[in-house]
Amino acid sequence: MSKIVEIRWHGRGGQGAKTAALLLADAAFNTGMYVQGFPEYGPERMGAPITAYNRISDERINIHSNIYTPNYVVVVDDTLLDSIDVTAGLDEGGAIIINTSKSADEIKPKLKGYGGKVFTIDARAISMETLGRYFPNTPMLGAVVKVSGFMPVEDFVSDMEGSFKHKFASKPQVIEGNMAALKRSVTEVVEL
Amino acid sequence: MRERLSGNEAVAVAMRQINPDVVAAFPITPSTEVPQYFASFVANGKVTTEFVPVESEHSAMSACIGAQAAGARTMTATSSAGLALMWEMLYIASSSRLPVTLAAVNRALSGPININNDHSDTMGARDSGWIQLYGETNQEAYDNFIQAVKIGEHKDIMLPVMDCFDGFITSHAVENIELIDDDKVKAFVGEYKPEFYLNNKKHPIAVGPLDLPIHYFEHKRLQAEAMRNAKKVILDVAAEFEAMTGRKYGLFEEYKMEDAEVAIVVLNSTAGTAKFVVDGLRERGVKAGLIKIRVYRPFPVEEIAAALSKVKAVAILDKADSFNAAGGPVFTDVTSAMYGRADGVKAISYIYGLGGRDVKSTDIELVYERLLSIVESGDIGEIYNYLGVRE
Repeated sequence: MSKIVEIRWHGRGGQGAKTAALLLADAAFNTGMYVQGFPEYGPERMGAPITAYNRISDERINIHSNIYTPNYVVVVDDTLLDSIDVTAGLDEGGAIIINTSKSADEIKPKLKGYGGKVFTIDARAISMETLGRYFPNTPMLGAVVKVSGFMPVEDFVSDMEGSFKHKFASKPQVIEGNMAALKRSVTEVVEL
Repeated sequence: MRERLSGNEAVAVAMRQINPDVVAAFPITPSTEVPQYFASFVANGKVTTEFVPVESEHSAMSACIGAQAAGARTMTATSSAGLALMWEMLYIASSSRLPVTLAAVNRALSGPININNDHSDTMGARDSGWIQLYGETNQEAYDNFIQAVKIGEHKDIMLPVMDCFDGFITSHAVENIELIDDDKVKAFVGEYKPEFYLNNKKHPIAVGPLDLPIHYFEHKRLQAEAMRNAKKVILDVAAEFEAMTGRKYGLFEEYKMEDAEVAIVVLNSTAGTAKFVVDGLRERGVKAGLIKIRVYRPFPVEEIAAALSKVKAVAILDKADSFNAAGGPVFTDVTSAMYGRADGVKAISYIYGLGGRDVKSTDIELVYERLLSIVESGDIGEIYNYLGVRE
């Protein structure tokens, strides 16, 4: 059977976790892979917990359920650690990537004894400094590509430049900031 | 052309490539993103279609009927309660022999209020006289939509067609897809040249007049005959489609059925999850197979029965309940087809996934395990079952 990389995103409505999952699918698609990018639909309101998913594979993907045993989990908002079981089913050989400015001592006790790798990134600081507003999804995208290594980071960065140019055709002023956020994220994501 | 699109985007692209004369649709929920994407093609001049945004789904289907009767190739899209509001007009379209094409994105009906995927909407419309095609993926939703036009408009058929695919799971998920070149799609569907239409001054006709007992029954009989003719035309169109794309379609797909002893019958996206499970079972030496129904109306009675006559036990999965206290619509149709044709094969019913309840691979594994235990013990046990529900 083919090796499928499964990624689960936890965020809050308005933070762009769904968009991030779709952009990640785009980037993987552009390297020739088979992809799935989909959110779990529920009440759509700002601030409500949302989940989105990616499957990435060299071969056609048949399975169409949600993801219960992900290789990677991305937490876009660290307040979710208190209310959502973000490490549920997470592969111990995989990793969790959390957007936070908190220390390892504060974060680790909230992960229910998860024994795999834990990465953090201060996506808020990166976003505020590069975009002037809080859009954590771009830095989180860079972080998950760096940590999962399913595609070369250089390919990803150059591909995303194309995606941003397309996505933000009507507001080119934000392309530079997003590219800066992306480049910083791949260097600033750290293992605890 | 290699692309990645959601199911809704893919169907809107098919509509753009076909460039129909009229699209009439309710432009907001409970309709789908399909009219929204298509409206942008209209606004950007990518098509010459007359786009009619109407005030309700009842009006959407009414406008489609009017346009198609006038002689225009007409399309629409809807979902859930939107399809329910079209109900009265669905029957008018089919009985007036108007080959409207409808992208029917499968979602639950209220109540309780729910926006997520199941098949309650189109299963309810199964006796409305529409041809119904079901698809597992964005690719199949796209391919079926293109074929639907050619099937419905065939002179021996002249019936409307629903292209059914799963809400959210297929409609909103982005996946890989192979698109066909625009000019090839246009050549495949060709021009719509109805034999009879209202805007033909040389041959005036009436559409939808009062039909008293002296003729009504004969008209319904002819409508039933058109549905009988559809099976052959669907296969002919599929053969032509395969010649163009290399993608093979039939009345249903048989997955690892050659030597299967246990099988699941299912529609739409869950077939993909079941294929994943079958692959795993096969690696363990279990002779598991799968039948995915593509053509549900007309129902492939003889073919399904023949395919199932070789297995020992089968589970038929329904993503809609009939509330008949005796299994869902697909179960009822499949077992009725098996009567006298596949006697002795043990058949059980599972209702699953209502209102968007996610269908896990482990749920499907449970069904195969149950079938294997039936084969081993010879005891069928409970026939009517629910999968993945808290009791």
